Amino acid sequence: MFSPTRRAFLGRTAQGVGSVALASLLADRALSADKASGVLSELHHPPKAKRVIWLYMAGGMTHLETFDPKPKLAELHGKPMPESFTKGQQIAQLQGAKLNAYAPQHPFKKWGKSGLDISTLFPHLGEKCADDLCVIRSMHTDAINHDPAHTLMNTGSMIPGRPSAGAWLWYGLGSEAKDLPGFTVLVSTGKYGQSQPIAARQWHSGFLPGKFQGVHLRGQGDPVLYVRNPKGVTAGQQQDVIDAVAKLNRLENEAVDDPEIATRISQYELAFRMQTGVPDLVDFTKEDAKTLELYGTKGGDGSFASNCLLARRLAERGVRFIQVYHRDWDHHGAVKDHSAGTAKEVDQGVAALLTDLKQRDMLKDTLVVFGTEFGRTPMAQGNGRDHHLAGFSVWLAGGGVKGGISYGATDELGYHAVEDKVHVNDLHATMLHLLGIDHKKLTYKFQGRDFRLTDIAGEVVQKVLS
Amino acid sequence: MTRSAFAILLVAGLAPAAGKPVEFNRDVRPILSDNCYACHGPDARKVKAGLRFDQEKSAKAATKSGSTAIVPGDVKSSELLARVTATDDSHMPPAESGKKLTKEQIATLTRWIEQGAKWEDHWAFTPIKQIEVASGKEQGTSPIDSFVQSKLAEKGLKPSPEADRVTLLRRLSFDLIGLPPTPAEVDAFVNDQSANAYEKVVDRLLASPQYGERMAAFWLDLARYADSVGYHGDQEVSVWPYRDWVVRALNANMRFDQFTREQLAGDLLPTPTLDQKIAAGYNRLGMMSAEGGVQPKEYLAKYAAERVRAVGGAWLGLTTGCCECHDHKFDPLSATEFYRLEAFFADIQERGLYGGEDFSPYLPLPTDAQAKKQAELDATADKAAKTAAGSRAVFGIAAADPVVKKSVAATKARDDFQRTIPKTIATITVKPRPIRVLPRGNWMDDSGEVVEPGVPAVLPQPAKKAGRLTRLDLADWLVAKDNPLTARVLANRLWKLYFGAGLARKTDDLGSQGEPPTHPELLDFLASRLRADWDLKKFVKLLVMSGTYRQSSVTTPELREKDPFNLWLARQGRWRLDAEMVRDNALAASGLLSKRMGGPPAHPYQPPGYWSFLNFPAREWKNDTGENLYRRGLYTHWQRQYLHPALLAFDAPTREECTADRVRSNTPLQSLVLLNAPEFVEAARVFAEEVLTTGGATSDERLDFAFRKALSRAAKPAEKETLTELLTKHREQFRTDAKAAKELLATGARPANAKLDAAELAAWTNVTRAILNLHASVTRN
Repeated sequence: MFSPTRRAFLGRTAQGVGSVALASLLADRALSADKASGVLSELHHPPKAKRVIWLYMAGGMTHLETFDPKPKLAELHGKPMPESFTKGQQIAQLQGAKLNAYAPQHPFKKWGKSGLDISTLFPHLGEKCADDLCVIRSMHTDAINHDPAHTLMNTGSMIPGRPSAGAWLWYGLGSEAKDLPGFTVLVSTGKYGQSQPIAARQWHSGFLPGKFQGVHLRGQGDPVLYVRNPKGVTAGQQQDVIDAVAKLNRLENEAVDDPEIATRISQYELAFRMQTGVPDLVDFTKEDAKTLELYGTKGGDGSFASNCLLARRLAERGVRFIQVYHRDWDHHGAVKDHSAGTAKEVDQGVAALLTDLKQRDMLKDTLVVFGTEFGRTPMAQGNGRDHHLAGFSVWLAGGGVKGGISYGATDELGYHAVEDKVHVNDLHATMLHLLGIDHKKLTYKFQGRDFRLTDIAGEVVQKVLS
Repeated sequence: MTRSAFAILLVAGLAPAAGKPVEFNRDVRPILSDNCYACHGPDARKVKAGLRFDQEKSAKAATKSGSTAIVPGDVKSSELLARVTATDDSHMPPAESGKKLTKEQIATLTRWIEQGAKWEDHWAFTPIKQIEVASGKEQGTSPIDSFVQSKLAEKGLKPSPEADRVTLLRRLSFDLIGLPPTPAEVDAFVNDQSANAYEKVVDRLLASPQYGERMAAFWLDLARYADSVGYHGDQEVSVWPYRDWVVRALNANMRFDQFTREQLAGDLLPTPTLDQKIAAGYNRLGMMSAEGGVQPKEYLAKYAAERVRAVGGAWLGLTTGCCECHDHKFDPLSATEFYRLEAFFADIQERGLYGGEDFSPYLPLPTDAQAKKQAELDATADKAAKTAAGSRAVFGIAAADPVVKKSVAATKARDDFQRTIPKTIATITVKPRPIRVLPRGNWMDDSGEVVEPGVPAVLPQPAKKAGRLTRLDLADWLVAKDNPLTARVLANRLWKLYFGAGLARKTDDLGSQGEPPTHPELLDFLASRLRADWDLKKFVKLLVMSGTYRQSSVTTPELREKDPFNLWLARQGRWRLDAEMVRDNALAASGLLSKRMGGPPAHPYQPPGYWSFLNFPAREWKNDTGENLYRRGLYTHWQRQYLHPALLAFDAPTREECTADRVRSNTPLQSLVLLNAPEFVEAARVFAEEVLTTGGATSDERLDFAFRKALSRAAKPAEKETLTELLTKHREQFRTDAKAAKELLATGARPANAKLDAAELAAWTNVTRAILNLHASVTRN
């Protein structure tokens, strides 16, 4: 909880003072780069997870070929979808088209001790991790196009300009990473879907102070923009320059006594640490052969598997929120082949990540989310599927969630989430809950309103908590 | 200072002292608004127990239960106090709201009721008071100073002494033209003995063409100007002629009322000029989508709502976005009124779903020569087409026929040429489409009433006229004499540009959740001055001529304790330069800065691959060549989804929405940009070349020269000592590693001066890098 003085401080008691300025000033104090504490000096309840790895299946992962078995849909294959399902519903590219049912294109199988139903497209995941997964089959969202659906999934609102989940967590909890940003983003691109764009808005800090912006760790060029010294400048020389700058800044501060100068000096120190920390992070040579084999990558090749390995390395270094996008799930056509292809691109890596976290005893306090911005229609779009907002699947694993279960359900044709529905805001509320945060209490005042990640909604999904 | 000590200090400093009259707007409304309005405020749908704290009558009347929330003078009978202090379930605000009043807040409410519970209308909606203050007794004292000084006296504070001339000139230069002064300008000002030396500088800067560029950066955030459409594929869109119009209009000192009319309704003015049509492009600056599968009706609703948010943000200083779904929780603005504002824009020709990269309608902007050539090509193509059609009619010929081929070629030539003609997205008026109130903002719900254009009832209404109100009526209403908001909003924001914070601190919200002005009379004085003639340059001059503006920004321990946030203006502000200025400043110090104005967006160095995740179409940023690499930050291609990373790092907004309050952060990524980004390394190297060629013979002289260029002052002995050490050490290192020196000097497109010793130049480059990285180099003080 905020202590009373702190609440008073951030709230309207201090009226007359720019409370935005004040809040950011506080955030600066609380989050002086090298401290772990965020704006929440105490958590609202004991946390189950310390960090989040969010594996983001971008493009709109079909639930019908992956995590939501629908035998009834197969029976209806090729026939018109009953109007009772589709009437008055939002439609994307199938606007004006005939709406015919399209059978699931891959068989499902019961995996693990729990007998969890997962498609045969995920043999590694099914074999090794089924009993760790909590599959939510009753997700629904408000946006039917990629851009706003991503924005909603990341920021809790379709209106651009709000902070993303990672920025909220970094702001609220701070980061334990000494020489890396507390919110990092990795992106890989597959070969099967349309390569839908991903906007940097998806990891923007919105109206939160800019330091909480997610940092994209790039697969090509400098891993972090501008992290490499200018050509011809050695690490020692860079240190000399930074030292000289610090010395001169301190001299200036003696004359003018400006707290921003101290902050500036500490940010240069952090920048320099990042310049050494980042190369160490992406140096995979210290990984043993067994681990590399587990992931099926040598690391550093920009693949999803490599990014899963990198995600583990980031988690070890105390990064609070790690988001791993794989852009390949937009299967408007050839959903059979393409979902198989894309699933193959992610299956081994994600199973390896869960296994690896487990063997390092890190899964217990890491929340792994495997999600997407929306699902795909039970109706055919040629031999593919269109965007679908009324029902889709995600899964959680690790810190604080039950393993080997499914939660909620779509109707018999996989159209609408009908049982124990989970909205995007609910998913966010649940994630924050697992990290020890009451989603209604992590707020930031902007344009006169207490904004939060869950906007004006969000219920914690109690039944998935262990 | 510990956090709690800090808090106590604040509370002690700000809560009205016991016995002192409590003021409703300053002290009470903020408490009620933040804690009570959600259930007892303007949102008609949510009002509990029929009780509203945004209306005096309701707050002081008996409710159904028989109790009365506020009984003036009677603390015991006032249910409000009983509830906020209750320890049982009746406690207010209820636990689930997460809100709780502090002791100080309860004390304030108690004293207010004791003192008679005097009500005031919300300050920002009341008419602007016509306040005129006689100039102070001292020669040259500005009326601004009398307001500020009377507050200072009240608080037991004294103004700071005037800043030294170097600081003043640097401050004025950044504030008025966004660039540092040259050493020659510094010398001229320091040595100018005339009584009006300062005023001469102000006039020179206001007359400089760079003034319009600096002010445009301010306006373009509000107008959400960008060079890409924002949604999904974030395709490029040509609208830079609008940006150039803004610069021109500001330089020409177009009256702000006219500036408003031309943007909102330039196309509706009688016989609009080309410039006025360009200006009207404002209405189409919102984000647009070309994502396959978009439901056009949904996006038309998104575009319409965004326009209301943008106008509310830019002119009215109100947050209107809440009303897309429900009545405002805090301000007297209903959902119906939101859609009435939308209806003003219902005549704009647009599509919910755009196709490919076509965001027409466009306004073509050919030069005379281009227009002539276009006419010729049009004629040729028409003639060829007619000939082909004639042949076809007579002979029924095939595509391979020479006549047809000729026609195809002529059409292609015409179209190819047309694509080279500059254009800007245009606002074209068509028959207004019906605008409905969307229940809970749901675009699929057609049950809401169709509304006509109209303005919020709480504000003075536009003049009655026959027929539907237009965008021009909206513009006229925004700048009407009796509109209490526009002038206050603008005066407050311009104040922030020159003092670092608004008089009402939240420049993006003058509603009840904003903060009342620290100097209400001063703000009204400024607003009435501004409204009198909407003369921006005159207004800016009024601000910067004041003694308050000219004060030193250096704080003292006493001042820091009494007024840590400089609410009472006993000193000037200090802040980090805006993103564009950070860039411009380094380029200016190095001499690389291009003064070319306007034109298509510039593409300075951007790391390869930064646009990897853009698609439809996939594209790669191409660095410009030559002078275009060194344009001012204002002209950098503004890609909403992937804004240039050096601008983004320094808090430049993506302009997906109207931005009235840029955040100003201090981050490690900023350090990485200044240390390593090629534009800054190149600037440092070119700067070092100048130091070596014209900066004198000794290191001492050269450091003074460099400091005068970058910081407008000579270097101090301790600074020289540190930098000389750096220089000596790195000179040695580069002497033994010629390859490294050469690599460093090769950064950037401008070739290094081959006549200079490479090791010497490389070492000096590290020295100038250090100088450009100083806090003082990126700070306006």
